[in-house]
Amino acid sequence: MTTSNSIRMEKVCYSIGGRTILEDFDFRLEHGVNRTILGVSGAGKTTILKLLLGLLEPDSGNIFIGDLQITGLPESSFMQERRRIAIVFQGGALFDSMTVGENVGYRLFEEGKLSLTEITNTVMEKLTFVGVEAALDLYPSELSGGMKKRVAIARALAADPDYIFFDEPTTGLDPIGVYNICKLMQRLQAEGKTTLMVTHDLATAFTVSQRFTFLHKAHMLFEGSEEEMKACDIAEVREFLEPTDGSLFIV
Amino acid sequence: MNFAVIDKVLLNSFHELQNYFTLAGRTFVRIFQRPFYYREFAVQFDKLGFSSLFICVLTGLFSGMVMALQSLIQLKPFAATSYVGGMVAVTMIKELGPVLAALMVAGRVGSAITAELGTMVVTEQVDAMRVEGTDIIKRLVAPRLKAMLLALPLLTIVTDMVSVIGGYIMSAGYGINPVMYISGLPQFMVFQDLIEGVAKPAVFGIIIAVTGCYVGLNTRGGAEGVGAAAKKAVVLSSVLILVCDFFLAKIFVVFRG
Repeated sequence: MTTSNSIRMEKVCYSIGGRTILEDFDFRLEHGVNRTILGVSGAGKTTILKLLLGLLEPDSGNIFIGDLQITGLPESSFMQERRRIAIVFQGGALFDSMTVGENVGYRLFEEGKLSLTEITNTVMEKLTFVGVEAALDLYPSELSGGMKKRVAIARALAADPDYIFFDEPTTGLDPIGVYNICKLMQRLQAEGKTTLMVTHDLATAFTVSQRFTFLHKAHMLFEGSEEEMKACDIAEVREFLEPTDGSLFIV
Repeated sequence: MNFAVIDKVLLNSFHELQNYFTLAGRTFVRIFQRPFYYREFAVQFDKLGFSSLFICVLTGLFSGMVMALQSLIQLKPFAATSYVGGMVAVTMIKELGPVLAALMVAGRVGSAITAELGTMVVTEQVDAMRVEGTDIIKRLVAPRLKAMLLALPLLTIVTDMVSVIGGYIMSAGYGINPVMYISGLPQFMVFQDLIEGVAKPAVFGIIIAVTGCYVGLNTRGGAEGVGAAAKKAVVLSSVLILVCDFFLAKIFVVFRG
């Protein structure tokens, strides 16, 4: 039974192919606090999202969704807790073989609890929310990058989650696309959804989040608000905010 | 090569083998669990089975013809050309039909399964499905296995039938009449041969589907990874089919007594 309103990692270590991605990593996402994980490409930001969702198994440490420790559990035993979380993947990860409507209504079809009319109404409502209702019968291959991301957001919303994870939501978008995604995220937050975003796009991060985590070489170097981050004197954080020669990030 | 390297290679091999059989076992269990994904099964049956019909017909036709041609050349000095129908049928139904059909389908379908699932993995569609609460073995692997279990025996039956017809077309040119051709069949074959001819493709179907799905779901990297995975799946399936064919033949020989 889930009572705690947070998702957290305790002392998590994760490595792949002999390379350490996270080492003794602690992280906590409280409900209502919109957070961004910052770091250079390859720092392990996406890995954190996948670990929190139980898509990856850590080498050691514990991960909790609410009060339930999901580490080591078979996927089927934490499916209910995971339904509280949705994710918008970097490329959208829309199902190629399905139309936009089928993509958005996927979870509702799978659950089989609603009638076809109810599912259709929900799908239309979510597509209208993100502003791509005209794409209902199109296939993902017929959509632009920005539309794909908006459809992916609509799919994430279909299950009415408490938390929404965003993996590099503005990468590859033009300024208008970035603006639209930021506005959408702010509307979601206004509706009570908690967002966790990973990005290296500072402008987007400061627009949509209140708390920031900076990841560097498998460790959390900084955690705090925008003001605290801008005043932070950690060399790597300063270099990330105002790049000079980038030498601190050469691996 | 030192012991540490050998140890690592062996460990990796056994780990892969364990994962392969775990996937096969889990898939068999899920075949009987709801939801059954009938639509996905129908789509896969069409994609994996029906679409391979033409290539199997061609394979059967020319294999039967060449089998008859070679047999006729060998049998003619002994004035035993009337046995050509039986020889073509027994060879095709027991051995060549299942193996050739399976190899054709492995090349065509095994690579397609791997490429499709591999692309889904590298574009995070599989992760998205898992997050949406889908059991990916039930959704992606079980329908493909069911489709192959049904499609490959049917394709093999078609291949066998066409090969026998192909054999007759060639024999007709050597003055063998249809009655003579067909009357040779029961002299060479027993009912168990027909069972063998259907049981083998069922096993080969399992190999193609499970190998294709296993390699596909373990794809790493981008487009290059998908290409490498598709190649690996075809090679692995083909080798496994030939190896299993020998052991299945051995088992049937033992049962025949």
